[in-house]
Amino acid sequence: MKAFANLFLALDETNKTNEKVKVLKDYFTSVPDTDKMHMLALFTGRKPKRQINATLIRTWAIEASNIPQWLFEESYHVVGDLAETMSLLMPASESSSSKSLTEWIAEINNLADKNEEEKKLWLMSSWAMLDSQERFVFNKLLTGSFRIGVSQNLVVKALADVTGIEAPALTHRIMGKWMPEDYTYEQLVQEQTASDDISRPYPFFLAYPIQETSEKQKSAEDLHLALGDATEWQAEWKWDGIRAQMIKRDGEIFIWSRGEDLATEKFPELHPFLYDLPNGTVLDGEILSFSNGKPLPFNVLQTRIGRKNLSKKILAESPVATIVYDCLEYEGEDIRHKTQSERREILETLQSQTSDPETFRISSLIEFDTWQELETQREQSRAMIAEGIMLKRKSATYQVGRRRGDWWKWKIDPLSVDAVMVYAQKGHGRRADLYTDYTFAVWDGDKLVPFAKAYSGLTDAEINKVDYFVKRNTLEKFGPVRTVKPELVFEIGFEGINKSSRHKSGIALRFPRILRWRHDKPKEEADTLESLKTLLEIGYEDETPD
Amino acid sequence: MAKPLLEFTDRGIYCQQGKFYIDPWKPVDDAVITHAHADHAYWGHKRYLAHHLSREVLLYRLGEINLQTIEYGESIVKNGVKISMYPAGHVIGSAQIRVEYKGVVWVVSGDYKTEDDGISTPFEPVKCHHFISECTFGMPVYTWKPQSQIFEDVNGWWKSNLEHGLATVIVGYSLGKAQRILQNLDLNLGKVYTHGVIENTNEALRRNGVILNPTERITSESSKEAVRKGIIIAPPSSVGTPWMRKFGPYSFGYCSGWMAIRGAKRRRAADRGFVMSDHADWDGLVSAIDATDCECVYLTHGYTATFTRYLNEIGFNAREVHTLYGGEEEDDAVTEKDEKEEISELPKDERSPELKEAAK
Repeated sequence: MKAFANLFLALDETNKTNEKVKVLKDYFTSVPDTDKMHMLALFTGRKPKRQINATLIRTWAIEASNIPQWLFEESYHVVGDLAETMSLLMPASESSSSKSLTEWIAEINNLADKNEEEKKLWLMSSWAMLDSQERFVFNKLLTGSFRIGVSQNLVVKALADVTGIEAPALTHRIMGKWMPEDYTYEQLVQEQTASDDISRPYPFFLAYPIQETSEKQKSAEDLHLALGDATEWQAEWKWDGIRAQMIKRDGEIFIWSRGEDLATEKFPELHPFLYDLPNGTVLDGEILSFSNGKPLPFNVLQTRIGRKNLSKKILAESPVATIVYDCLEYEGEDIRHKTQSERREILETLQSQTSDPETFRISSLIEFDTWQELETQREQSRAMIAEGIMLKRKSATYQVGRRRGDWWKWKIDPLSVDAVMVYAQKGHGRRADLYTDYTFAVWDGDKLVPFAKAYSGLTDAEINKVDYFVKRNTLEKFGPVRTVKPELVFEIGFEGINKSSRHKSGIALRFPRILRWRHDKPKEEADTLESLKTLLEIGYEDETPD
Repeated sequence: MAKPLLEFTDRGIYCQQGKFYIDPWKPVDDAVITHAHADHAYWGHKRYLAHHLSREVLLYRLGEINLQTIEYGESIVKNGVKISMYPAGHVIGSAQIRVEYKGVVWVVSGDYKTEDDGISTPFEPVKCHHFISECTFGMPVYTWKPQSQIFEDVNGWWKSNLEHGLATVIVGYSLGKAQRILQNLDLNLGKVYTHGVIENTNEALRRNGVILNPTERITSESSKEAVRKGIIIAPPSSVGTPWMRKFGPYSFGYCSGWMAIRGAKRRRAADRGFVMSDHADWDGLVSAIDATDCECVYLTHGYTATFTRYLNEIGFNAREVHTLYGGEEEDDAVTEKDEKEEISELPKDERSPELKEAAK
């Protein structure tokens, strides 16, 4: 555990990519193989099952810290991370432990059939033998909130250096539903075939925004300069659903979402067509709610994502289908090295054979000869319930991760509104103890009605200024939330707007974020609820089911 | 009921009987100063009273002021009110102000820490009826390790930077942290170089008779190669400036109590965060207040609401008071404020050329 705790500390202490890779490599070369796999699992989001519920951990931590509960809660607000708060508040340990990460995780898993008394005894004695840095990562393991300031790419890069296996192959091998208890380091570094784990998905190929980080929209001329001849590209609508990889192998089907969650059971509507596919087929596409052959806005789909049980009502109100745009495996063969056009042909063949074309849809190609023509077509995006256009080079292979060059997204400008900040709340992690989460309001007559929350879009310097303002202009405190003097105006961007009876304002925004701080606008000049409601008319007549 | 001996006014802490203020933030006739940091020693008062060891730094920071200084334990009487000073352990020359009239004793802590840093005269608890205390780190998540352990880490980090060909920049504010660092570095590893703002303060302290380890001011003539083999002590305001970048590649360490929290540390984007503060930690605050045997404790700055509630729960009679010390509660920017004010608050003609340079 000491090595793992030190790894965490060392990663925290550098912002330089090369340094981080070096730290990761040092870890890989210094710990036993089982620890390597556990670390890999944790760093790729495979956390151990939570064996003690959060309330009990909290209660026992308060007991171990010997402070009143309210003081624990206040401390948590200052620190912004539960695992860290607990480790800071406990008295220094008197003994130490040399157990490895593997041993600790085994102990955690063994708690499954223990009673509450035994769990408490184990937890209290464990805390007493860990120093504060170990205790911090140990608490992270227990509470299952494992977020590290290091991307999976860096971990793979370090592992690639250590094993001599290429990064894309490794990225693929660490995908899927493996757990460190049943996947050994030896297996990981061995030559593999698709049959090793029939559920294993391929790493997703992700597009970069053609605008890169600029706020300015690209013109047809810009596109010509950046991408060359329009005829070398294929264009499709950019659908706003859930990116998914659908697998049929050995008579079994698997649906993976981009977050590497196995979501097969969440989409029963897709099962019949998937079972009908030939074995050894992997499709890449978007899952959306459909009604009468038309996609519905994302928030309709959203209502069923979080549900454990899909009731008949939900299935009726938000039926899903998939729009497929790529084929990664065909007749059991990995075809990612084939060109976009070749893969498209295979996909078209597969789709033409389906008996359920209403569910297995294909992403239609947009006809265009010049960038100007495509620019004109793009204006139809909102009417198509699309977020813009996807550009794919006809000669592109299917790559790993987010890459510049062959896949680009050309999104439409967000809708926007000028709004007044009315509430503020502290952030977490790097922004703990800073007011970073804001609620915005627009005018309804002479009243300000809150309508959206947003926490991104400002620079660190701007956040510091807003934080300074909040601390000096608080009207009321409700727990962690502060009501602030309505004064600051921000331009809020969003992707879509829908009616909602759950919100006081009667509307719900999709992806609200701060576009910029309008220093030039007094609060009186912020937009009105009425003007927001007129946006409802653009393309969205359907009411959100509640 | 008679008026309390000390009151909280919009100019600062006021003693009506003695007609003087303690650490006032608006111009007054008589100001008693706990220590020379900018949020306690403002410019513009007619007469100043401070500790001997604050003398040169105050003159350097505030220019030609009418300043009287006294020793710890020494007292002077104003209108029947006895004023005396006791060590606060915060920085060199920092004092708690003890005020006594007709048997009633008030103590104003200023800023303080309870650990002996080896350079500031160590904190001494003073018995009183009323204690006015800071509580910058009045949250139980703030507990400091002994200084010896922290400097083991600092020196180890410097050594490793030398081995990896990196320059070492250690950041802390110019009065207090800078000297504390300077006196605890392992000088066998190399020479100590200072940013101009810090060296000015060092010089003021040396004029005051304080013996500091040798330092060399960084000027445009300094050899980059030599500086990179030593260690640079720099103020927070220099972080990320071209001045600092010219010594790259470097590793930069930040010394502050706020570094105890991972989020604050990541926000600073320091290569190393050393949890080192010139303020008392949670246990230090509670033990210092307990040692005064006071009837009532007033909390002026820091996590006042939380700390006040806690003290009342464990049996103290505690009150929260609003002052302008320490910047805003919970404010991570406090550490930097000192440096910026140190430059901007000097009357223009009093600024030294180096400071003008730094102010740009």
